[in-house]
Amino acid sequence: MATYLEFIQQNEERDGVRFSWNVWPSSRLEATRMVVPLACLLTPLKERPDLPPVQYEPVLCSRTTCRAILNPLCQVDYRAKLWACNFCFQRNQFPPVYTCISEVNQPAELMPQFSTIEYVIQRGAQYPLIFLYVVDTCLEEDDLQALKESLQMSLSLLPPDALVGLITFGRMVQVHELSCERISKSYVFRGTKDLTAKQIQDMLGLTKPAMPMQQARPGQPQEQPLVSSRFLQPVHKIDMNLTDLLGELQRDPWPVTQGKRPLRSTGVALSIAVGLLEGTFPNTGARIMLFTGGPPTQGPGMVVGDELKVPIRSWHDIEKDNARFMKKATKHYEMLANRTATNGHCIDIYACALDQTGLLEMKCCANLTGGHMVMGDSFNTSLFKQTFQKIFSKDFNGDFRMAFGATLEVKELGVGGTSQWKICGLDPTSTLGIYFEVVSQHNAPVPQGGRGAIQYVTRYQHSSTQRRIRVTTIARNWADAQSQLRHIEAAFDQEAAAVLMARLGVFRAESEEGPDVLRWLDRQLIRLCQKFGQYNKEDPTSFRLSDSFSLYPQFMFHLRRSPFLQVFNNSPDESSYYRHHFARQDLTQSLIMIQPILYSYSFHGPPEPVLLDSSSILADRILLMDTFFQIVIYLGETIVQWRKAGYQDMPEYENFRHLLQAPLDDAQEILQARFPMPRYINTEHGGSQARFLLSKVNPSQTHNNLYAWGQETGAPILTDDVSLQVFVDHLKKLAVSSAC
Amino acid sequence: MNVNQSAPPVPPFGQPQPVYAGYHQSSYGGQPGSTAPPTPYGAYNGPVPGYQQTLPPGVSRAPPSSEAPPASTAQAPCGQAAYGQFGQGDVQNGPSSTVQMQRFPGSQPFGSVPLAPVVSQPAVLQPYGPPPTSAQVTAQLAGMQISGAVAPALPPVGLGYGPPTSLASASGSFPNSGLYGSYPQGQAPPLSQAQGHLGAQPPQRSAPPQASSFTSPASGGPRMPSMTGPLLPGQGFGGPSVSQPNHVSSPPPQALPPGTQMTGPPGPPPPMHSSQQPGYQLQQNGSFGPARGPQPNYGGPYPGAPTFGSQPGPPQPLPPKRLDPDAIPSPIQVIEDDRNNRGSEPFVTGVRGQVPPLVTTNFLVKDQGNASPRYIRCTSYNIPCTSDMAKQAQVPLAAVIKPLARLPPEEASPYVVDHGESGPLRCNRCKAYMCPFMQFVEGGRRFQCCFCSCINDVPPQYFQHLDHTGKRVDAYDRPELSLGSYEFLATVDYCKNNKFPSPPAFIFMIDVSYNAIRSGLVRLLCEELKSLLDFLPREGGAEESEIRVGFVTYNKVLHFYNVKSSLAQPQMMVVSDVADMFVPLLDGFLVNVSESRAVITSLLDQIPEMFADTRETETVFAPVIQAGMEALKAAECAGKLFLFHTSLPIAEAPGKLKNRDDRKLINTDKEKTLFQPQTGAYQTLAKECVAQGCCVDLFLFPNQYVDVATLSVVPQLTGGSVYKYACFQVENDQERFLSDLRRDVQKLVGFDAVMRVRTSTGIRAVDFFGAFYMSNTTDVELAGLDGDKTVTVEFKHDDRLNEESGALLQCALLYTSCAGQRRLRIHNLALNCCTQLADLYRNCETDTLINYMAKFAYRGVLNSPVKTVRDTLITQCAQILACYRKNCASPSSAGQLILPECMKLLPVYLNCVLKSDVLQPGAEVTTDDRAYVRQLVTSMDVAETNVFFYPRLLPLTKSPIESATEPPAVRASEERLSNGDIYLLENGLNLFLWVGASVQQGVVQSLFSVSSFSQITSGLSVLPVLDNPLSKKVRGLIDSLRAQRSRYMKLIVVKQEDKLEMLFKHFLVEDKSLSGGASYVDFLCHMHKEIRQLLS
Repeated sequence: MATYLEFIQQNEERDGVRFSWNVWPSSRLEATRMVVPLACLLTPLKERPDLPPVQYEPVLCSRTTCRAILNPLCQVDYRAKLWACNFCFQRNQFPPVYTCISEVNQPAELMPQFSTIEYVIQRGAQYPLIFLYVVDTCLEEDDLQALKESLQMSLSLLPPDALVGLITFGRMVQVHELSCERISKSYVFRGTKDLTAKQIQDMLGLTKPAMPMQQARPGQPQEQPLVSSRFLQPVHKIDMNLTDLLGELQRDPWPVTQGKRPLRSTGVALSIAVGLLEGTFPNTGARIMLFTGGPPTQGPGMVVGDELKVPIRSWHDIEKDNARFMKKATKHYEMLANRTATNGHCIDIYACALDQTGLLEMKCCANLTGGHMVMGDSFNTSLFKQTFQKIFSKDFNGDFRMAFGATLEVKELGVGGTSQWKICGLDPTSTLGIYFEVVSQHNAPVPQGGRGAIQYVTRYQHSSTQRRIRVTTIARNWADAQSQLRHIEAAFDQEAAAVLMARLGVFRAESEEGPDVLRWLDRQLIRLCQKFGQYNKEDPTSFRLSDSFSLYPQFMFHLRRSPFLQVFNNSPDESSYYRHHFARQDLTQSLIMIQPILYSYSFHGPPEPVLLDSSSILADRILLMDTFFQIVIYLGETIVQWRKAGYQDMPEYENFRHLLQAPLDDAQEILQARFPMPRYINTEHGGSQARFLLSKVNPSQTHNNLYAWGQETGAPILTDDVSLQVFVDHLKKLAVSSAC
Repeated sequence: MNVNQSAPPVPPFGQPQPVYAGYHQSSYGGQPGSTAPPTPYGAYNGPVPGYQQTLPPGVSRAPPSSEAPPASTAQAPCGQAAYGQFGQGDVQNGPSSTVQMQRFPGSQPFGSVPLAPVVSQPAVLQPYGPPPTSAQVTAQLAGMQISGAVAPALPPVGLGYGPPTSLASASGSFPNSGLYGSYPQGQAPPLSQAQGHLGAQPPQRSAPPQASSFTSPASGGPRMPSMTGPLLPGQGFGGPSVSQPNHVSSPPPQALPPGTQMTGPPGPPPPMHSSQQPGYQLQQNGSFGPARGPQPNYGGPYPGAPTFGSQPGPPQPLPPKRLDPDAIPSPIQVIEDDRNNRGSEPFVTGVRGQVPPLVTTNFLVKDQGNASPRYIRCTSYNIPCTSDMAKQAQVPLAAVIKPLARLPPEEASPYVVDHGESGPLRCNRCKAYMCPFMQFVEGGRRFQCCFCSCINDVPPQYFQHLDHTGKRVDAYDRPELSLGSYEFLATVDYCKNNKFPSPPAFIFMIDVSYNAIRSGLVRLLCEELKSLLDFLPREGGAEESEIRVGFVTYNKVLHFYNVKSSLAQPQMMVVSDVADMFVPLLDGFLVNVSESRAVITSLLDQIPEMFADTRETETVFAPVIQAGMEALKAAECAGKLFLFHTSLPIAEAPGKLKNRDDRKLINTDKEKTLFQPQTGAYQTLAKECVAQGCCVDLFLFPNQYVDVATLSVVPQLTGGSVYKYACFQVENDQERFLSDLRRDVQKLVGFDAVMRVRTSTGIRAVDFFGAFYMSNTTDVELAGLDGDKTVTVEFKHDDRLNEESGALLQCALLYTSCAGQRRLRIHNLALNCCTQLADLYRNCETDTLINYMAKFAYRGVLNSPVKTVRDTLITQCAQILACYRKNCASPSSAGQLILPECMKLLPVYLNCVLKSDVLQPGAEVTTDDRAYVRQLVTSMDVAETNVFFYPRLLPLTKSPIESATEPPAVRASEERLSNGDIYLLENGLNLFLWVGASVQQGVVQSLFSVSSFSQITSGLSVLPVLDNPLSKKVRGLIDSLRAQRSRYMKLIVVKQEDKLEMLFKHFLVEDKSLSGGASYVDFLCHMHKEIRQLLS
């Protein structure tokens, strides 16, 4: 087993890939019976400091339907200078530059340690990166001020030759022209009217180069500046200008009468941003960054009316089909997202408001384009400020941790087919779940001992504006599920499987009712236990699971209670936000999201991870919980009393001071590293914010099981939710039951 | 037809003036219609009878060959002086000149009938009693029937009058003069005037006017002079008899050729009328009157004017005569007379139904209970009691109202009355406002509404005791009880949405397309605005204007500017969604000038630079107005848009227009489409503007067709103005544009106004003309109203009126002042009612009538072919005059043209209207010009229409340089121009300086600083500033003329015989126009024919 764990870890580090099954069942039927689908989590741009990109282009299989890339798994005939494609078995000639290869003189892509390799494409024009800020001005004064400062600061973080643009919106949408010398100039659009890309370009004067009467001087045709130059300018040229412009930004001047929300034209603003880039820079690396402080209240994409007395839709409304604007708005944003994706651009959404901002409707913009989604209470919080800053963080090479216009192509053995997805924005932690289907029929299984190979080809524009291709080629063994079930079982990656199943569940939750999804999950879990558990029929006590499955039910238990599937207590926006991040974070982070980590600090020893269980909540402990979205520090009852008594300030109790400080430091560390910044909650026994902790832990002690009531062994949770113990008991019962 | 011949030895007088070759007609002895000043008359009348003078009718001249002897300028009014005193007085009767025309077969365009009109006028003023007010012109047409030669025979005919009386009638055939030649001719009818002047005057007038020249017609045959009867019944002439006398009098008049006229009995005659100007007076005085008859015989004399001088020779047979232009009523004379008679003392409005002095007269007004004529002028101040009478007379009952008229400094503007929270006191039933005519009863506890008779309670706080006459004791302390015009402060109930209005705003919207930039307009305008913004209208003594300003530039997209005071630089916001216009900003768009001055200045500096390289030639228009309107709506205020626009809006946008100019449509049934807007979009837009109180002033700078008819829809319906500067070039047009702009920006404006005219039971306002919008049948809605705009209201009977109580008008205008104060301005006017048609005719005002008729006709062209409109006008006019003739004039020959004294200028003015560019365009008049003029006239006041249709022609070198006064005007006819003189001509829009070819070199030098006529630059628009008396005087005169008009008149120097002279001649409205418009004489004959037809 250790070998498998190591294997998995090594694979993940090298290729950024984790499979649910590391040995593959050899036929479709078999695969289906495995319950957990054959799937993988791929982190295409996983940071690989040890992997310098090669400065040449990949060698492609010459079969037009294949076009796989030469990789270490290919058979090579050094003499004949031929190589066989391991996907379609086509034999290919090496290109002329490879004439001197030999067993000892191999190009990098043939070396096993380069199962993942990155090529830099030299051809083609390089376009500068584009950052288009779309800024809501219907903000409170201090919020706007904070946002303005963040934006101004961001200018210094951009690559100097990147193009920036600014669109502001409130009741109207203004596209600012950045090239003006003295008078500042902007194009204004009504916030209530959707425009086609063509109209937008017409209105911005982008359609035909606005130089009709200029005598065409044949000599220097290319002299013409890019038409869009008025709206998108290199940072180094206009940063002073733009800084001033941002500085002068005023709150939306239209009066908002009492009892009304400000009119906010987010839908149109976004539409114009998309249209602007679509017309001028298709298929180049561009980020539309939407900063909004409230829900769209007018025009296409409006989520709620401007009457304050009508609250924004809740899950309750949605279930009752009472969300008037949701469908229409969603459709609008989906349309925008699709157009954006087609052009290879991405949309980030930074939504900071106490109430919902319509993320539910807008989520597709970020989801479909690989954009970021950040949710906060205010732009004037460190959560936003630092998160935003982190967008522009640089890697060990000094390059931005962002990639643009990415496409992923997967080539798979035995199918020969390829599939492509457009991802657009990617960052080093973006992780995709890819679900495979074994296509071999049961009666014609893949031969024993064979290896299946998969090649992931990610083409993208690097933040240095280079076009790059990262290729990862992996192989796994096939096994016959009947005869070699143990092999397969041993090669089960329960962490990856949990995340992959969770993603499937979340995917279903987007379109199905919550209870249905839970039922489905439960059924899958029971089936899995039936298939891989060891038990005697109808005897729950006899039930056992092997080590490779042992944690899986617990993951499922927490998943069922997670905000990804439970909408209770979450607004639709929050759900969308959580799901967005869940769908793109890597495995480790995803697991934290499913089952938060709880550390306990005490005088009894170094901090230790403890069970996420109410029994861990003890009076003399400090707890640090990381749910990915929140960092909660919880002081036990006794600790609180000590602190109140001021022991931490007494030199003789310095250790208490240290104890108090330790979780804070650890929390800082997590905060620094994570994107987006988690909400930081510092609470204590009896504090109202303690609910964040209490809602996560396994309610092993509740007001219902009185035996624990009042004991010192933990804190009872006031809930009717079942505890893990009850859950597992039921699971065992059902798994061994022959009824289902 | 000879008229007089028989009788008196009438000397023919007509001295022909230099007539144009063209016309042959002799002029009639028209008399200048001088209206006699009231007072004097009184006396006269009585006596009058005695004389009549007949005026010589014009003689018609025949063939061109006969030149008309210039001689007479005969009737030159010169006499004014004379008139002064007796002038009219004596004269009063209008001379009746009878003209006879003969008709020759062939002739005539107009009806073929020649007429010999004689005009006589009756005394003018009603005040005077009995006076014969009506002057009659009798024309005799006896001639007509006659064919040349034959003519003579008929004499008798002519005269219905006693033969004796007969004057010569002139026969004019008006039609083409050319033709005339052939005709035989009519002789000039004599005019007879009867006047009673007392003996006294006569002397002066001795000179009989007369200018009739006769030409001898080819036919030469004697015609019969027609005699006119004396006319003026009123006057006391003894009817006919009088007339004779006139003839009799014969001798004196100027030396006319043989047929001179005779002056009235009084002998005055002797004087030579000869050259003196006085000569003209003709008609008036009885003296000459008669004489002039057409003496057939005159012929002889013609040749030289000189000849005339002498006495009347025996009548010789003249060739046919034509009407003597001097013998027909002269606007100049009438104006001068009124000026002399009524200009000296204030017009006191206390008496009901008083006819005010003419608009051309300077007079002061004292408000004693009726609104000043500056605010309201009526077509008649004595209106028929019944609709039957009104229908019979056909005299339109209309009032031309200028609610916010500017007053001369000597007159106080209306007092503002504050009735406190309860608001102005009004009648409960008809809602009329408290006014001097309300009757307080029951000891002052109630009042009876003077409009609807409803009895209302007087609110306690308004109670006041009555004095023994039933008047409130405080009547003279309260403007609303003692004055004709005053204002009330409005309460919140009178405000939109029950909120007091915010101060209005001005938005400047500047076309920055290629044409506007290239012509230098944008730079000029921006530069000017910088200083002009300091002169926004202020109310009363306010330190600073309350008006906020905003700026927009546009080509095919719009640029709004944020000029908030806190900004370092203005911000531009471009709106390209012209299909769905909106205002992109609120705060910072409309600003206070002094607060944002730095930003505004910076903006105005930058606008010309920003667009200096523009290549954009397309513009939008409707979206611009829409934007301005939306901006005002967003700011919740009323205001005015100043649009500076250059071209046909062809860019894709609402209100897009195409070039649909098509001259081929002229004179077809489709001609009306040229005046109609291309699309209904502008009406809809205008309606929205009105609802918002958004007035639009449009400055156009077209290089080609811009479709003024469509573009002016919004200004027109919102109470705005349109200014047009074709082919604008900074060097040439800057002064004019800037001057108009300054005036337009600075003038006081009332915003978001509603006007309602209430009348006493019996009549009702039924039709309205002007620049405004009406959403129902009673309320005139004006987004903006300034002191230049008038609203013409027509009334109709819906019941009987009562002679005793008369008829009352109350015009109430609710508006927002420049400072944002909501007010009501009330004007009251009481009119008399009559059961006798004569009273109606005696109290008419022709200038107002023409104002109404022009507006009526100009609106008519939108729906009917122009020809129909013209015919309608002629018919109506003929009916008015025929009714008079039938019902009010003393019996006389059908051949006599008899005109009411008050309306004796109706034909000449009507002719001017008929030949105006709108109704009869010349080849050089563009469709845009016509549409432009059409809409301009719609809101003109009476003074403006007066000079617009009958331009002022001022000789510059005739009077001594030292004289400070304006030189006396001369009639607008080429024959009045002497090639040794320089003239100014103005009509309120245009200003020409015409230089005769043989003007003295010294004059040329002192005016133009060049040594000879040939070196004068034709088309020059500025006179050099030279330090000599003549130059100073002329420039001073030009300045003073400009100061009198609401629009700056660009000067054009025209040299005689130069190309530009064609343009100039277009304004000589008494002459035949190139576009086919009739000459005055021809038209008068035509009218006569029409009248005769109606009478028969």
